[in-house]
Amino acid sequence: MSTLAPTDEPRAVGDTRRAGRWVFITATVMLMAWVLVPIYLLFVNTLSSPSEVSGFPKTGLPSFDFASVEFFLSFSGVARALWNSVVVAVLTMVLSIGIGAPAGYALSRFDFPGKEVFRMVVVMTRAFPLPLLALPLAVMFIRVGLDDTALGLAFVHTVLALPFAVLITFSLFSGIPIELEEAAWTLGCNRLQAFIKVVMPLILPGLVASAVFAFTISWNEVFAAAVLTIENRTLTAFLVQSLNVSPLHLKFAGGTALVVPALIFIFAVRKYLFAMWGIANR
Amino acid sequence: MQSRFLPYMLLAPATLFLAVFFVYPFVQIGILAFSSGDGFTMGHIQTMASHWKFGTALWNTVLLTAIIVPIQLALALSMASIVTKLKTGRSTILFVFAIPLGLSDLAAGIIWLAIFEQSGFLNSMLAGLGVIEQPILFLGYQNMWVIFAAVVLAEIWRATAIMMVILVSGMGLIPKEYYEAAEVFGASPWKRFTKVTLPLLRPSLQTALILRTIAAFEVFAVVVALGGTTLPVLMGETYQWQFTMRDRNVAAAYAMVILGISIAATLVFLRLLRVPKEARL
Repeated sequence: MSTLAPTDEPRAVGDTRRAGRWVFITATVMLMAWVLVPIYLLFVNTLSSPSEVSGFPKTGLPSFDFASVEFFLSFSGVARALWNSVVVAVLTMVLSIGIGAPAGYALSRFDFPGKEVFRMVVVMTRAFPLPLLALPLAVMFIRVGLDDTALGLAFVHTVLALPFAVLITFSLFSGIPIELEEAAWTLGCNRLQAFIKVVMPLILPGLVASAVFAFTISWNEVFAAAVLTIENRTLTAFLVQSLNVSPLHLKFAGGTALVVPALIFIFAVRKYLFAMWGIANR
Repeated sequence: MQSRFLPYMLLAPATLFLAVFFVYPFVQIGILAFSSGDGFTMGHIQTMASHWKFGTALWNTVLLTAIIVPIQLALALSMASIVTKLKTGRSTILFVFAIPLGLSDLAAGIIWLAIFEQSGFLNSMLAGLGVIEQPILFLGYQNMWVIFAAVVLAEIWRATAIMMVILVSGMGLIPKEYYEAAEVFGASPWKRFTKVTLPLLRPSLQTALILRTIAAFEVFAVVVALGGTTLPVLMGETYQWQFTMRDRNVAAAYAMVILGISIAATLVFLRLLRVPKEARL
């Protein structure tokens, strides 16, 4: 930062400190405004009547008129799209944790040939533009009867979420000393009982956080959803396919419907965000 | 006996899943892009390359990435430095900075549409300041560069958070002793940043840059929300060929291009920011 540049002029230390602090605070406040103001503006539009949304000029204050929201919710196809989004996201959540957690456990508890290869493949998946998977899978799904189904789309979203699930559960399990499990074995538990009675309760919060993260990944995904669903469109697919025909207030209400759950989820898992990405680094 | 096979049994579902839904489809994309009814063909690639939108789409995608990613890197480094220095209110500010991480790119596009559309907040503000009399149509084809700028802003707004989070956790791994030593030798805060933080942050920088660059090549929903098909990008063209022209092979050819530049970018960053084994923390 410019104020921290050294000067030849002797200056009271307190002065420079204070100036530096001031710049620091201003920068922080401006960056927070940069993040929050656009979201606020979307909410303003959502909480205004349709005529206000296309009106000009705007005041930047919401009129708390719920006509736009009501229009959106009663618009044909919206309720179904919302429901489909939830179903796909829940399936993704269950699949990615159900498949990912055992792998994470194996990586953290055992040394075996092929371990590094598996880890490499998991990490590598993220270097691929994954939504493109939807193109060939669209063909494959028609062949096996999974086309235009929630399960088919959930499979693709699970590819997106699985690397996170594996790496996060890997670090969660690694955080639990194996001695705890061993103690349970000596007290007469078998491997499964020890896992359920000792390890499970300890990692449950982290596991829930990574499940929520998987849900959010699926909830937000646009391209694969738009390619793979026709009748059973998710909310993102519905919005992106009707963008050029829908009125402004429908778009903004739809945007809010996408944003609000995501905000809640991110708030719920905020404690784990950094732990997650800390591991995802390696 | 049991514990020799247990890890493989635990890995089996994930391995099987990735084989069916990750490896196989990518092979399939290659086959779709390079084959016709009777064997190998370059026809789909030629169809793609000779279409007038291909050059523009490729250029727009690469240019968007080249503008967005460096700005995001600078912004994410500033945010991460701020968060690392904070003593009070750290978790609140961190959460606010991280919010866009959880938002869909489509939502981000719609959010910036609220600002840039003709009756939107930017026009309202300009009118309020007396700069303009009539609202300007920002997102029309006459103002291509405004659409471009809006996409850049929306992408920076949305996806800087992911870089920031990766960098914050990377900065947390740097031992305090390095900074103390630098301070003892009289290094200024800027010197400490460039000589201690940046070199030691290399693994995180690598991850952040690779993830972001690949995601930037995939830009789709933001562009659709802000400009429809006025501003062609690779992912948008892929979608168009899949749906509007109903030609899966050309769509797969586009996918190969995106895949190609993604892999090229990954290799460049892996090479550029290589961390020698002995220098790992």
